[in-house]
Amino acid sequence: MLWYIGRRLLQMIPVFLGATLIVYLMAFYTSGDPILALAGDKPISPAVEQQLREQYNLDKPVLVQWLIYLKNVLTFDLGVGFNGRPIMDQIAAAFPTTARLAIIAVVIETLFGVIAGVISGLRKGKLIDTTLLMLSLLLIATPTFVLGFLAQFVFGLQLGIAPINVGRDPSWVNLLLPGFVLGGVSFAYVLRLTRTSIAETAEADHVRTATAKGLSRGGVVSKHILRNSLIPVLTFIGADLGALMGGAIVTERVFNVPGIGTLLFSSIISGESPMIVSLVTLLVIIFLLSNLVVDLLYGVLDPRIRYAK
Amino acid sequence: MAISRRSMMLGTAAGGAAALTLAACGGDDGGSGGGSGAGGGSGEPIYANTTEPENPLIPTNTGEVGGGRIVTMLFAGLVYYTADGSAENDIAESIESEDNQNWTITIREGLTYSDGSTPITAQDFVDAWNFGANAANAQIGQYFFEPFEGYEELSAEDVAEDATLSGLEVVDDLTFTARLVSPQSDFPTRLGYSAYMPLPPSAFDDIEAYGESPLANGPYILESWSHDTELVLVPNEHYDGPRAPQNSGITFTVYQDPETLYLDLQSDNVDVVDQLPGSALATFEDDLGDRAVNDPGAVFQSITLPGYDKNFEGEAGTLRRRAISRAIDRQSICDNLFFGTRTPATDFVSPVVPGGGATDIPGSEVLEFDEAEAKKLWDEAEAITPFEGPLTLAYNSDGPHADWVEAVCNSLSNVLGIDAQPTPFAAFGEMREQIRARELQGTWRSGWQADYPSAYNFLGPLYGSAAADGNGSNDGDYKNPDFDQLLSDGLAAETEEEAIALWKEAEALLMRDLPVLPLWYQNTIGGYSTLVSDVEYGWDTVPLYHQVTK
Repeated sequence: MLWYIGRRLLQMIPVFLGATLIVYLMAFYTSGDPILALAGDKPISPAVEQQLREQYNLDKPVLVQWLIYLKNVLTFDLGVGFNGRPIMDQIAAAFPTTARLAIIAVVIETLFGVIAGVISGLRKGKLIDTTLLMLSLLLIATPTFVLGFLAQFVFGLQLGIAPINVGRDPSWVNLLLPGFVLGGVSFAYVLRLTRTSIAETAEADHVRTATAKGLSRGGVVSKHILRNSLIPVLTFIGADLGALMGGAIVTERVFNVPGIGTLLFSSIISGESPMIVSLVTLLVIIFLLSNLVVDLLYGVLDPRIRYAK
Repeated sequence: MAISRRSMMLGTAAGGAAALTLAACGGDDGGSGGGSGAGGGSGEPIYANTTEPENPLIPTNTGEVGGGRIVTMLFAGLVYYTADGSAENDIAESIESEDNQNWTITIREGLTYSDGSTPITAQDFVDAWNFGANAANAQIGQYFFEPFEGYEELSAEDVAEDATLSGLEVVDDLTFTARLVSPQSDFPTRLGYSAYMPLPPSAFDDIEAYGESPLANGPYILESWSHDTELVLVPNEHYDGPRAPQNSGITFTVYQDPETLYLDLQSDNVDVVDQLPGSALATFEDDLGDRAVNDPGAVFQSITLPGYDKNFEGEAGTLRRRAISRAIDRQSICDNLFFGTRTPATDFVSPVVPGGGATDIPGSEVLEFDEAEAKKLWDEAEAITPFEGPLTLAYNSDGPHADWVEAVCNSLSNVLGIDAQPTPFAAFGEMREQIRARELQGTWRSGWQADYPSAYNFLGPLYGSAAADGNGSNDGDYKNPDFDQLLSDGLAAETEEEAIALWKEAEALLMRDLPVLPLWYQNTIGGYSTLVSDVEYGWDTVPLYHQVTK
């Protein structure tokens, strides 16, 4: 088991190197000259320009910039952003908010998605099943920003029960509505995955046996159907955690949340490579870690799956 | 300065493009400064919108609207700007010159920074300006010291860190002199710009740290700054000047999306707003009624036709420039795409500055839409040298430009029968890079926001020969000795009227040569909540926050 975890962690190193290099190259070749963008349409004297280029290592070849970046990562000092603040500090300030948002979203999608999926799967073909399926289709088809504006308009402006602008105080309560919006689409997927899986398992031999033995309906559902149906759902949720943090760009913008998504958006606009790379790398690491946790949970749900060696 | 990167990105309808505020309701209103404390207001602060300042709040390193509006509230310079764009003394006692070139500046006696004990001295100005001018400090506003003697030396690549401007000299505690490289009649007007604010001696101990919480001398003190979220300003009880706060403070909230800002405005969660989402342009005057603001501002938009493009050279080029200009229906674009939040240009200078918005410049009919005339001019040009197409119009798609660029290109294709193509760049920096290297073929959208309210600021930095060839903002490399002469004559003029008359003559040359095609002036747009009154917007589109009452 430990050996397995160790091996998985070691595998992250090449992924980390590859991801940062690719993102570095992309940021370097797509965003134009960040120093000129920094100056706007204004003139900037060659001496000042030179000074700024040296300050941000922009006078060096892109591969050298990347190596400097890697060296910085090893020393936990990512340097200073164009706004004069350490990149580490900026990420540290934005991360907790986005993490909170993502946790709310995951809890919402898991809780409601699984419950609705179980109801739907056990009542396959009934009115409630059809209704939930339609609802999930609608959610999947609606772009997040539409959902966001709609929620903002109804709950913020019309009813006045949720803040329109979360930025002023991103507390758990204030993040509930954005969390719902962020988790909305994933909720629909969790519902559909759970439903299919439940419906399949409900007809399996061991379920019929358990029912025949006279176990209560609740016992059958929780111990024999649900537990065996959760693996695909868990896989999805694990992969979704990373996606949610990245997908927060839209939701954070709509609700004015000062998180990772907002930071990523503004650093892409200003072509701030070290910041973009750091954020993307962070997302990659979260993605890899959550996948690892999911793989380990497989063994808990289904003892036939073992990772020992 | 120009439309900064961030305002381009956020300014879906960008009322909030302005660089700086310095402005006030003239005169001394009510609870004036001088230790009387929290001005006229009490209780709730004014809530306003901003973007996160791009740099620590160091005046010479602040060139964009997000930081500019804060710096202007925290610092008091020699002069400030009233709502109509005239410069009045703030902490200056007098700014005098006999020849417009050698200036003697005296500051008022007995002024201190907000700690109440550090006096403001002439040395503070000289130190701050030397710091900003020295290229080793890499300040974004460095070029503002170009008029001073010694700027050339301080712009050298390997300048010593302690080198100073030879044109600045301290006479005594309250007096200093400035020697300029040439006469500049609008010099006092410039001094309200943020780059010219004083810094206390302690600022230079650790300038970055200073920028996080500056000890300054303006109407407000920075109480707290939660990055990317909000900045809280409270009145400075040691400020003794014409901009005394009439409220109990200002809380600036950083907004990422103008849609959110607009919803907050409609529900009275934010009080004074100078930015609107594109989706609200058609309706905001109905939504807000008297609380809507829509007046011409100090932003000029144009299309640059570079002088180095063969299609625009010589006689054929001149005809072609005119043909393109006459094939654009400015009024209809302003009405239909911008819902009246742009004002069609009649000259090269925004109407909010003295001498701007003139309708009597000889040759200005070239800005009027006339299909037949456009076609005729184009055919004449074709008879001399054929056009090598297609005609491209570049823009950055991270700003709100796609719609009007599309409209202009359609109009050019229809009227002139040519292939006109919008050419988007994903990022502003990408387009700037190509313009800078003179690699961008065809035409591109350009814009200018004045730094200080003088007609010269719309002309010299953009079309003067000294600013061409990568030395300034004359990106089309327009060079005309007659134009240069008129510009400098205006700077040496004894009165403002004389200067304006000369600059209008210079504009007539621009009408003939059309280095850029003037399109429209961007209006100041915005609105305020039902909770506040006395809301007025400055010449530069930024609200005069200090006089708002709640």
